[in-house]
Amino acid sequence: MAATGAVATDREVVRGKRAALFFAAVAIVLGLPLWWKTTETYRAPLPYSQISGLNALQLRLMVPVTVVFTRDSVPLDDQGKLPFTVVHEREIPLKYKMKIKCRFQKTYRRALDHEEEALLLGSVQEAEATLAQPNEQVEGSLTVYVISEHSSLLPQDMMSYIGPERTAVVRGVMHREALNIIGHRIIQVAQAMSLTEDVLAAALADHLPEDKWSSDKRRPLKSSLGYEITFSLLNPDPKSHDVHWDIEGAVRRYVQPFLNTLSAAGNFSVDSQILYYAMLGVNPRFDPASSSYYLSMHSLPHVINPVESRLGSSAASLYPVLNFLLYVPELAHSPLYIQDRDGAPVATNAFHSPRWGGIMVYNVDPKAYNVSEQPVRVEVDMVRVMEVFLAQLRLLFGIAHPQVPPKCLLSGPKSEGLMTWELDRLLWARSVENLATATTTLTSLAQLLGKISNIVIKDDVASEVYRAVAAVQKAAEELASGHLSSAFAASQEAVTSSERAFFDPSLLHLLYFPDDQKFAIYIPLFLPMAVPILLSLVKIFLETRKSWKKPEKID
Amino acid sequence: MAVSVPLAVLVLLSLGRVGWSHAEPPRDSFREELVITPLPSGDVAATFQFRTRWDSELQREGVSHYRLFPKALGQLISKYSLRELHLSFTQGFWRTRYWGPPFLQAPSGAELWVWFQDTVTDVDKSWKELSNVLSGIFCASLNFIDSTNTVTPTASFKPLGLANDTDHYFLRYAVLPREVVCTENLTPWKKLLPCSSKAGLSVLLKADRLFHTSYHSQAVHIRPICRNALCTSISWELRQTLSVVFDTFITGQGKKDWSLFRMFSRTLTEPCPLASESQVYVDITSYSQDKETLEVNPPPTTTYQDVILGTRKTYAVYDLLDTATINNSRNLNLQLKWKRPPENGYIHYQPAQDRQQPHLLEMLIQLPANSVTKVSIQFERALLKWTEYTPDPNHGFYVSPSVLSALVPSLVAAKPVDWEGSPLFNTLFPVSDGSSYFVRLYTEPLLVNLPTPDFSMPYNVICLTCTVVAVCYGSFYNLLTRTFHIEEPSTGGLAKRLANLIRRARGVPPL
Repeated sequence: MAATGAVATDREVVRGKRAALFFAAVAIVLGLPLWWKTTETYRAPLPYSQISGLNALQLRLMVPVTVVFTRDSVPLDDQGKLPFTVVHEREIPLKYKMKIKCRFQKTYRRALDHEEEALLLGSVQEAEATLAQPNEQVEGSLTVYVISEHSSLLPQDMMSYIGPERTAVVRGVMHREALNIIGHRIIQVAQAMSLTEDVLAAALADHLPEDKWSSDKRRPLKSSLGYEITFSLLNPDPKSHDVHWDIEGAVRRYVQPFLNTLSAAGNFSVDSQILYYAMLGVNPRFDPASSSYYLSMHSLPHVINPVESRLGSSAASLYPVLNFLLYVPELAHSPLYIQDRDGAPVATNAFHSPRWGGIMVYNVDPKAYNVSEQPVRVEVDMVRVMEVFLAQLRLLFGIAHPQVPPKCLLSGPKSEGLMTWELDRLLWARSVENLATATTTLTSLAQLLGKISNIVIKDDVASEVYRAVAAVQKAAEELASGHLSSAFAASQEAVTSSERAFFDPSLLHLLYFPDDQKFAIYIPLFLPMAVPILLSLVKIFLETRKSWKKPEKID
Repeated sequence: MAVSVPLAVLVLLSLGRVGWSHAEPPRDSFREELVITPLPSGDVAATFQFRTRWDSELQREGVSHYRLFPKALGQLISKYSLRELHLSFTQGFWRTRYWGPPFLQAPSGAELWVWFQDTVTDVDKSWKELSNVLSGIFCASLNFIDSTNTVTPTASFKPLGLANDTDHYFLRYAVLPREVVCTENLTPWKKLLPCSSKAGLSVLLKADRLFHTSYHSQAVHIRPICRNALCTSISWELRQTLSVVFDTFITGQGKKDWSLFRMFSRTLTEPCPLASESQVYVDITSYSQDKETLEVNPPPTTTYQDVILGTRKTYAVYDLLDTATINNSRNLNLQLKWKRPPENGYIHYQPAQDRQQPHLLEMLIQLPANSVTKVSIQFERALLKWTEYTPDPNHGFYVSPSVLSALVPSLVAAKPVDWEGSPLFNTLFPVSDGSSYFVRLYTEPLLVNLPTPDFSMPYNVICLTCTVVAVCYGSFYNLLTRTFHIEEPSTGGLAKRLANLIRRARGVPPL
């Protein structure tokens, strides 16, 4: 009876142990993963390796150059070698993690008959007009005509000529090394017309270390899908001045043609307003010698901020705004001049602030005050104003004056104020800038995800990231094969997608969920449940060890 | 905006000089108006209206050039295809019973109602975007407008302006009663005015005065109107209105007189040169029931009589564009005096400052005989900061007793007594003559129950639930893991041992 009782008790003990072990197993096998699964932050898979690969991306910018030789431009035996292709590649030295190489792919060929005829004409402009078929030229490509050494097409002392479209003319030479010499000249011209180091450096100004480029380079406007241009007439003294400006006509005549040529780089919208009682933030100083007032250069940064609150943010779109202010100084402070560093008045009486816009001071003709009645009616000379504003607009977009090689003739500007190859150069720079921005955004997102575990990545955010990565790669490929317009479009898509992913509000949903609150909620449940399991596990462990030690002792 | 570079290099542009097309007459005009109304209760209402009218088809023109009409609102009209927009921010409530009918009333908080053009396809999306943009422009929480507080009324809120058809599908209406109106809403509103706050009537709009009022309501109304009598084309009208009610009893030490300077702490100095009309109207209709007459200073040159809101009113008119109005004394400080001063009374009220100073209200009242006078004060229950609650917040919070000090006429004329010689109990309060005596009475302290939040409720719920779960789980666990076996009934327990001990002590063999 006692033995059966002991056996039964033993069986009970074993059953109890098994039950405890089963509990522990269920808690560990089922409970823990369930808890983990239900409380984890959702994160769709992202192409981390591809994103880190973007940092080491090599950008190869290819500029297709067609070189056309006329009959007497090079020695005959050199002409016999035509047509053939030469590639000239050069790394652009920038302190940037992306390696940027510039590659000129020169296709040498003989001139066709109609080209020969055109280049025999009297002047460059006529020749150009005959040759011009701008539709045939792809964005970013160049055509260089090599003319005979003694051609009268160019002035005798000039070696080359850069046209307003995508064409250039280079004087040939009769020499044993003719092709080498000409090739060198062509590269010089092509560099001036396409990519130079400082253009790219200005485009990448945000991503380069501060020391080299920041202070002296004028930083152009950041690349964006579109831009808003606002012209504001500031009239701080409507009691004395009744200012009128024909802004509608001026925009139609001068601004719109310029923007139409620039339309490849983004959408533009133009509006204007008149602000009364809008003061500058700085009191001008009086100069007794000329009995005029002046704003010194160091006070110019303080001019903008008080005015800006009146300008009104653009409510209707998210594009960056470029402000152009025409300031008609109040009667008590006129005439008003802007002084440069040396104290001399600036000829245009205007200044610009990078990435913001420009301000021009427009002094009222003193003769107008002879009329006794106030306010004086002032008609603004829009030609003078628009010359300044368009020049500032070019600077703000980073369309700098080209570095012309020696002995090179630069054609006069086109009526729109922008040469075709300048637009190409802008598109190169913008594409590279867009790629750099997109890469930085994607890399920061990847870093952030590694650092903060609470960020949620939804499927649509993940698909934006994939799209951005694909667009960056596509843009790099298109750049390498010389398709500028499609590369620019892809780079814009890359920026848009990457920023949409980075700034998606769903990333922040679980960000502010501190750990101590989590523990405060878990402990009341987990502690009473875990303690019995742990205790019985310890007990089982101790008993097992005891039962292992016992047989040893017997031995 | 750290760097500014003077522009030295000019790119020569081949810009041809083109002759000037002669400037057409200004297509926009601006009118401003201030109406000051002394209210029956003794308060003073001031209503500003600024009206900008623009003869332009905003929605058809690609490039927009703005002069007097603010660009920010103009862009909204064209981008969201608005037909009408009415937005008001109000603090306080217009008390029609004491103040009479208002020119335009608005609900407390923010109210927005918009009619869209019938070309808009997705009205709800436009409405959402519009409210977000407006919240940015006016620094208000209009972005909290969503489908839960938006309605489409079908009978009221007809378009106020020109409208061909009224399909209510294009109307949206929302009110945010919680919106608190403050300086940050007024500043952007002032920026929309052509003269900003530099000249004209807008000089008076000083924020620290406008918000120390019983009622403050500012609004923006945009609507299309007929350009001419035949209504061949439309113009856009922007009306900015602002109504305030000043409590002159508080600011004027119990007097009902007021002046522009006392109300706004500014005076009118110059007209806005852009305004085609700039006028101040003062309601000088005498209230016959009070038999009081008003005196306005300086005396008005013209008066204006009309039936406004059902009653005949007389207004004194001051035209700021008339040079004589301001030139006399370089500024215009309108003053109004009541000829018969109000009853001899004294009220001193010192408002409380949060956590620094309590309210103090002193009134000198002459009570009629055999009457009951009730003084009641309204108060609002507010939540304290959670650290400020006493350990027993449900006990309530004490409000100190009120004090009544009175000179009560004596029934029996007392003899003037010798101050030093009389008993001490009789000479605590000095009494001037024997006909009255002084009493000071105190009321009971008031115990007010403030709302007390349950600070730990969510955590308690979690803890309780977890405990229940843990207890169930624990007993279940014990039931399953513990081994149970029948204990042999032992031959004796504690009692037996105790008995043996006693037995041993007695020298008796144990059990």
